[in-house]
Amino acid sequence: MDEQTIKRIQSDPNYQKLVAERTSFGWTLTIITLVIYYGFIALVAFAPSVIAVPVAGSITIGIILGVAIIIASILLTGIYVMRANSQYDELNNAIVNAAGMGGK
Amino acid sequence: MTRLIKSGALATLILAASSAAYAADAAGPATDWNAVLIFAAFVLLTLGITYWAAMRTRTAKDFYAAGGSITGLQNGLAIAGDYMSAASFLGISALVFSAGYYGLIYSIGFLVGWPIIMFLMAEPLRNLGRYTFADVASYRLQATPIRAMAATGTLVTVLFYLIAQMVGAGQLIQLLFGLDYLYAVILVGILMVIYVTFGGMIATTWVQIIKAGLLLVGATLMALLVLAAFGFDFNALIAKAIEVHPQHDKIMLPGAAVANPISAISLGMALMFGTAGLPHILMRFFTVRDAKEARKSVFWATTFIGYFYILTFIIGFGAIVMVGPDPAYHVGGDITKGLIGGANMPAIHLAAAVGGDLMKGFIAAVAFATILAVVSGLTLSGASAVSHDLYASVFRHGRVDEAAEVRASRITTVVLGIVAIILGVIFQKINVAFMVGLAFAVAASANFPVLLLSMLWKGLTTRGAFIGGFVGLICAVGLTVVSPGIWEAVFGNAKGSAWFPYTSPAIFSMPLGFFCCWLFSVTDNSATAAKERAAYEAQFVRSQTGIGAEKAAAH
Repeated sequence: MDEQTIKRIQSDPNYQKLVAERTSFGWTLTIITLVIYYGFIALVAFAPSVIAVPVAGSITIGIILGVAIIIASILLTGIYVMRANSQYDELNNAIVNAAGMGGK
Repeated sequence: MTRLIKSGALATLILAASSAAYAADAAGPATDWNAVLIFAAFVLLTLGITYWAAMRTRTAKDFYAAGGSITGLQNGLAIAGDYMSAASFLGISALVFSAGYYGLIYSIGFLVGWPIIMFLMAEPLRNLGRYTFADVASYRLQATPIRAMAATGTLVTVLFYLIAQMVGAGQLIQLLFGLDYLYAVILVGILMVIYVTFGGMIATTWVQIIKAGLLLVGATLMALLVLAAFGFDFNALIAKAIEVHPQHDKIMLPGAAVANPISAISLGMALMFGTAGLPHILMRFFTVRDAKEARKSVFWATTFIGYFYILTFIIGFGAIVMVGPDPAYHVGGDITKGLIGGANMPAIHLAAAVGGDLMKGFIAAVAFATILAVVSGLTLSGASAVSHDLYASVFRHGRVDEAAEVRASRITTVVLGIVAIILGVIFQKINVAFMVGLAFAVAASANFPVLLLSMLWKGLTTRGAFIGGFVGLICAVGLTVVSPGIWEAVFGNAKGSAWFPYTSPAIFSMPLGFFCCWLFSVTDNSATAAKERAAYEAQFVRSQTGIGAEKAAAH
């Protein structure tokens, strides 16, 4: 890629939109993941007895939280893929075509 | 070459059969013929695949990255396969068996790294890299120092992880196949070298996919059989586990091992960010066609791994109930003594308890296949670091043809195979889970900061990355050596004499790695540093759009 192509892509409104949206979406989801996980670790570290509190029969808060974090991890990655496959790929194709770098 | 594969395979089978037969005559653990036969079928199938892959491995891209021809779903399974090592399967179910809920904390830590990889790394990684993560880190930085640093980080991580896998393999095979530890380790070494040298990434990926499928099927079956024994009432399983476990309701607490909050957070950091710095996992992102497939790979991998960890939790609790109180699974039929075959064996004994000898044979064979597949992936990534990063870039400055580079990789594979066998024998007594934790800590402190900053931070310079990476690496290894796990348990110093009191160094070594990357970058006023910062724009455009990215081989 030469300097000019780079400049052209950088000034493409689609490119600016893609970078801005994907970056903020990616970091939002990252922060959500970190808050969930370190919230859990903080509970484990500073209030371990809460983990063992039973909620339904012998099933404890800890088990429910644990399974919920596993499911949340899968859902969050799924949400990202869904959004990326529709919106971001469309924007990206437009950028690639506009830059005359098609024929992938 | 094909003749070599055949004779190698034949020699391996003869070695396995004769040693098993020998062991069957001798005293010691009886040979489990179900396990031997199922495993032999796996070996024959995978050698067939290696033969097929060897015919298709023509270029360096085929060898390192399977020609970029793997689909997202296939790669997701292969990544899950790399990740669901024997340490995960046997180790975590054993951890649940002995400490209850504590095991689930490990699983969660192992899993939550995946969303982070997805959101911040998967796409730029695919768009910038070719064969190794050093390609990405050195994209706009100076190749020689950065590749040297990345290759060192790769080799250290790979070696720690390899030791853990080899030791696990040796113990497992010794127990199940009645094979001497030394022969078991040699058998794993030979098979792994055959897969990698002849079949490269294509064979390694397919071995991994088959094994991941088998492991998921086996673990699902076991979890279902455990639940079926309780009329599919999960509550009843937990209640019974609390009743029969020697620690009773304490097993629902996070465990004594996280009594120390710093240790808990530090371990959490190592597990979460270490995943994003494991070279054999990062390498898998270059086997798919484009960023879109890379993205799908992470989604599938996260799904399979998350599902698998829920299964290991059920399996661990099943073992508490069905293996723990049963004298038949304990040394000398005494439940106050340890399990037959060692502390990592609850899942194997549980298989016998819920499904009889055939199930046990199947699970044992799958566990062995798991080790073999993970060891192959690790070795390929270590060999790539030596041939692609050290040999081709650092020593020959890129003046080397593809064929010579691949040849160097094959030679390195053989050397790594021999080194792995020797280390497996030397470290026979080491705690497997601990070695895996150490590999994660190094990956989180050295590889991850350099890789992440090279992709996301304009200011990173060669000096910053080189110093930061090595400081993270040295700090992680150094603190581990003076932590209780090595200082007291391995060196035999007095209890409480370790200088570093925590179980994982990551809480100090990872931020220090990042800090040094930052400090030695911002204070770098050289002309090359200015050029490297200026080159970020072009790198960023490519990382975002994939324009100019390494294409899949034309098929």
